Amino acid sequence: MDLIGYGAFFLTTALIFSLVTLGLNLQWGLTGLFNVGLAGFVAIGAYTSALLTTPDDAARLGGLGLPIVVGWAGAMVVGGIAAALTGMATLRLRSDYLAITTFGVAVVVQLVALNAQKLTGGPFGIGFIPRPFGSLAETPLLFNLSNLAVVAAVTLVAYFALEHLSRSPWGRVLKALREDERAAISLGKSARFYRVQAFAVGGAIMALAGALQAHFTGFIAPDNYLPILTFQVWVMLIVGGSGSNLGAVVGSILVWAIWAGSGTLTSILFPPEQQARAAALQIAAIGVMLCVILLVRPNGLFGDRPRRPWLGKRTKVTTAKSVSPS
Amino acid sequence: MSLQFVVDGLLTGSMIGLGAIGVTLTYSILRFSNFAHGDFMAWGTYATLAVVSAIGATVGKVAPIAPLSFGWPLIVALVVGMAFTALLALLLDKVLFSRLRSQGQAIIVVMASFGASMALRSLLEFTFTSRPTYFSRAIQIAMPVGFGIRITSDQIALLLLTAVLVLAVHLLMTRTQTGRSMQALSQNAALARIVGIDVASVVRVTWVIGGALACVAGVMIGILVQIRPFMGFDMLLPMFAAAILGGIGSIPGAVLGGLIIGLAEAGAVQLIGAEWRAAVSFIILMAVLFVRPIGLFGVRER
Repeated sequence: MDLIGYGAFFLTTALIFSLVTLGLNLQWGLTGLFNVGLAGFVAIGAYTSALLTTPDDAARLGGLGLPIVVGWAGAMVVGGIAAALTGMATLRLRSDYLAITTFGVAVVVQLVALNAQKLTGGPFGIGFIPRPFGSLAETPLLFNLSNLAVVAAVTLVAYFALEHLSRSPWGRVLKALREDERAAISLGKSARFYRVQAFAVGGAIMALAGALQAHFTGFIAPDNYLPILTFQVWVMLIVGGSGSNLGAVVGSILVWAIWAGSGTLTSILFPPEQQARAAALQIAAIGVMLCVILLVRPNGLFGDRPRRPWLGKRTKVTTAKSVSPS
Repeated sequence: MSLQFVVDGLLTGSMIGLGAIGVTLTYSILRFSNFAHGDFMAWGTYATLAVVSAIGATVGKVAPIAPLSFGWPLIVALVVGMAFTALLALLLDKVLFSRLRSQGQAIIVVMASFGASMALRSLLEFTFTSRPTYFSRAIQIAMPVGFGIRITSDQIALLLLTAVLVLAVHLLMTRTQTGRSMQALSQNAALARIVGIDVASVVRVTWVIGGALACVAGVMIGILVQIRPFMGFDMLLPMFAAAILGGIGSIPGAVLGGLIIGLAEAGAVQLIGAEWRAAVSFIILMAVLFVRPIGLFGVRER
């Protein structure tokens, strides 16, 4: 019974990660936009939803006590707007500028979460976030399973919506822009406009994942949104294979299993005073893994991006073919 | 508002500027933003610290040079640390960046640098733990120099060192054949290859300069603030902002950008409080991207 409960808990967390990875896959895998500050967008979603749904608190602004679904919607709107603004500032420039700016967004969000006590509760975070099926918390198994069902449903909806989007004319324009910007522009597609849209939708999905997670644990603090989160999600997407939504989900579950497993292993193998160092080693190992995958198998498990360096650059003919149907 | 922020700002600005030189060179010559640059800083500092301790263990206690808080061991160790950091940068380029670069996907290199940054930083945390350390725990008395400004002799020495290093790099870039090759490669890589510039050696020089200066910047932080595994990562945003503000590829721009951001940070600390310091570089960065994305001394991309 405990095992099922833990399994449900594990899968819920993994699926929340998959949702973030799906958002990143839309930004990076489909559109080629590099987001190294995704922890910031996840945090924006979590805090927005928390502020909208928590009961009134004299020490803090917000606390509107609205239904959870409103919190989710609010998270998506605010996350999407934040991403759109970031995109508008940088997407007319070289791709590196977007990377640097998103990195900055994560730093600033972290700073606001830590220091704007009135809004975010500062380092102590926000508690008493309403949880779906909170009345079932007496029986952890039932509670975990019902939460898993909610998260799985949301992830499935996002998955199918994204699958549909990537096959729609809109998705084909994004792919065309990724593969050959000049060809796509010559067909009358505004590169910047489409990219801002993709970046905003991706940001909204990440924010939704943050909100889901906040309502699942019932408590959020700035520590949940450190750069390590960004890094984990990137590894998940690269392992799964960027460009594939299925890869994003499978990669997330796989990497989260490795991560949680090695975490349990270090907590068994190392004495308590060495735990922090062992955790550092765990991160280093995952960092090396990311680099090795990029070197050896850049397509990941399910990647759709045919990159064949030994054959030279992709020929223009295939690119043109993928553009024409849009 | 006390004018002390000028000294604080110039010092922070020197650290940012020295780091930003490496960032701007990597960006303009190798064409990617290196997220591991901050960790070069931290590795160089820890290497310098290790050499200082090694010298201390073999020679015994060395008296510091008259007004400064450190003696010759630190100077020797700094040179060793600079060499070490340069080698680290070269090694990372050899095993990781150069291979990905040859695949022609610039943004993959950025991502790899992000992964390398995590790995490097965590290795430091594993080896030295995240507890802060110091080169010296001695307290220096700051002397008043008028206008309500106080400065320690360490700070004067480090400002002078920064000025000398910046001048040296600037002369190298403008007066030597190597420097001109670097400029040529950054302005037009294809044409540079055609006229027979040895790309591999230019790339090596870029990493050596970037790594060595990152080490100096790190050691400055170590002397004036403290040594932590995250010290370099926390400098990343100010360094990128400085490089972009100054204009990618411009050495004087990177240093000036660093000084501007350092002064703005120090001013913000006085006006709105130290906890918001890190937001300053982001605001400056956004302002530059909206108003003048090529920066102060930048040239439009070709």
